[in-house]
Amino acid sequence: MKVVFERSKGLLNTETHYCPGCTHGIIHRLVAETLEEMDVLEQTIGVASVGCSVLSYQYFNCDMTQAAHGRAPAVATGIKRVLPKDRIVFTYQGDGDLASIGMGEIVHAAARGENITVIFVNNAIYGMTGGQMAPTSLLGQRTATSPEGRQPQTQGLPIRVSEMLATLDGASYIERVSTHDVAHVMKAKKAIRKAFLTQQEEKGFSMVEVLSTCPTNWGLNPEESLQWVKQEMVPYYPLGVYKDRQYKGEES
Amino acid sequence: MGKVLMKGNEVIGEAAILAGCHYFFGYPITPQSELVAYMAKRLPEVKGLFLQAESEVSAINMVYGASSAGVRVMTSSSSPGFSLKQEGISYLAAANLPAVIVNIARGGPGLGNIQPSQSDYFQVTKGGGHGDYYTPVLAPSTLQEIVDLTQEAFRIADQYRTPVILLGDGMLGQMMEPVEFLKTDNQIVIDKEWATTGTKGDGSPKTITSLDLNDVKLEERNCKLQEKYKLIRRNEIKVDTYLMEDAEMAIVAYGTVARICQSAIDRVRDEGMKIGLIRPISLWPYPTDVIASYCERLNKIVVVEMSAGQMVEDVRLSVEGKVPISFYGRTGGIIPTVEELVEQFQMHGNGVLR
Repeated sequence: MKVVFERSKGLLNTETHYCPGCTHGIIHRLVAETLEEMDVLEQTIGVASVGCSVLSYQYFNCDMTQAAHGRAPAVATGIKRVLPKDRIVFTYQGDGDLASIGMGEIVHAAARGENITVIFVNNAIYGMTGGQMAPTSLLGQRTATSPEGRQPQTQGLPIRVSEMLATLDGASYIERVSTHDVAHVMKAKKAIRKAFLTQQEEKGFSMVEVLSTCPTNWGLNPEESLQWVKQEMVPYYPLGVYKDRQYKGEES
Repeated sequence: MGKVLMKGNEVIGEAAILAGCHYFFGYPITPQSELVAYMAKRLPEVKGLFLQAESEVSAINMVYGASSAGVRVMTSSSSPGFSLKQEGISYLAAANLPAVIVNIARGGPGLGNIQPSQSDYFQVTKGGGHGDYYTPVLAPSTLQEIVDLTQEAFRIADQYRTPVILLGDGMLGQMMEPVEFLKTDNQIVIDKEWATTGTKGDGSPKTITSLDLNDVKLEERNCKLQEKYKLIRRNEIKVDTYLMEDAEMAIVAYGTVARICQSAIDRVRDEGMKIGLIRPISLWPYPTDVIASYCERLNKIVVVEMSAGQMVEDVRLSVEGKVPISFYGRTGGIIPTVEELVEQFQMHGNGVLR
């Protein structure tokens, strides 16, 4: 019998805690497949953050360290800097973790050109704590802490992290992708591969921002959630490559 | 190598390198900045790494990462910056990660000032961050002692898989003294098979985390931590005494202040007062039993600190009311003089000594 589909070797044989319709599972798989295809699972160290992906260390089939809220890029820096150069180090962070409490760490990791890969999962909300407003929540978006919808006068405006980090000379590869349909999932995989290759080729800091769903806290079903990403998130967070530097210290 | 004249902060750096620490993540703050600068210059010479972080918070998390990758690693700060590292120290303790964190304390609270102080005693000896944990704390009083205790800090950190605090003050960090860099006898090399360095050759993935959503498992984990602390309490108490053989009054002081107390004790001894010094070197675990062992003979204990009175609480717990205790402290960065201590000791000794 021909095998047409199987679990990536990059994932452990266990059930995840993610809600139905959440795209964390897809993104986990994309990362895992990429590491498997690059044959680097045995030399990879992942850094889990705080939020829904806090337990990702139970899912990836590689060494994992769990970081304090927002500090994953600093922890990854510590790991990457002391281990032999062939090690691949990545962080897996949500938007509350990376774009709010961890903004300092991500900006400076990028500015240093830290040779790590950041998987930034943006679902425009705090999921784990029950659907509070994130720095990436859209204007008008109703959350537990913006019950009337996010207002620019009182709650400020959403942050476009990829665009912002792309302004830093230290950043080498930054792309924003989405998971709202199969074609975009395939594109996301390519971007993740490119990011890990950037690290493997010692070209410096790489980040892939992945637009993701949160059906539970958005109050939508899984299908509506994918539509919401496409219709509401993508227009504010345009997809594409924001930085692609060929060599460290040189712009493409 | 012989003796060299160096500044306290630099001695910590060189002693750390002697202890095999080649990784340092720092952030500038007075009065510890010379340590950061020393490591920036010195670590590349031994093929190590110095990195200046964007904040104390980031520096301690870099330490967390480096330690989880299995290397000997250090960071340092001074009081306000040390507070910022406190979250990370709680994570290190919970994740059983070894590291050495230096606090060259200054006047507080708040931004305080840059003069020496011992007002971080509670913070370093009672856990300091959130959760049930302790960190071993070593408090040198001379630059030569820094050489030994820095090495001991790394030994204890690795042996018990725990963060260890080296506590000094601005005076110790800034003063110069001749020191000799000699290796301590109890060096250890631990095989850190738990480190997350990639699974190559060693099978299933390893994880380092302080999270456990299962209450029963988290309690088990916490009990294991407490077992470890019991072991540290049993094995790692360090204390020095001076002229305690016939003392009827004891001064209890640690760090640089203990040296000033020693000079004052010499003067008062010349006048015939039977007075001695108990100097805790490990502030946690605290030398409770050693202090208690003198209770029978003592008529009085005076605790001297550069704080409003913090360690005095541990002395009270040690003697359990058996000996009257007085406290003398200066705060805000003021260093008590020998003369003022002589006066204090005379006053407190008056009438209580046989």
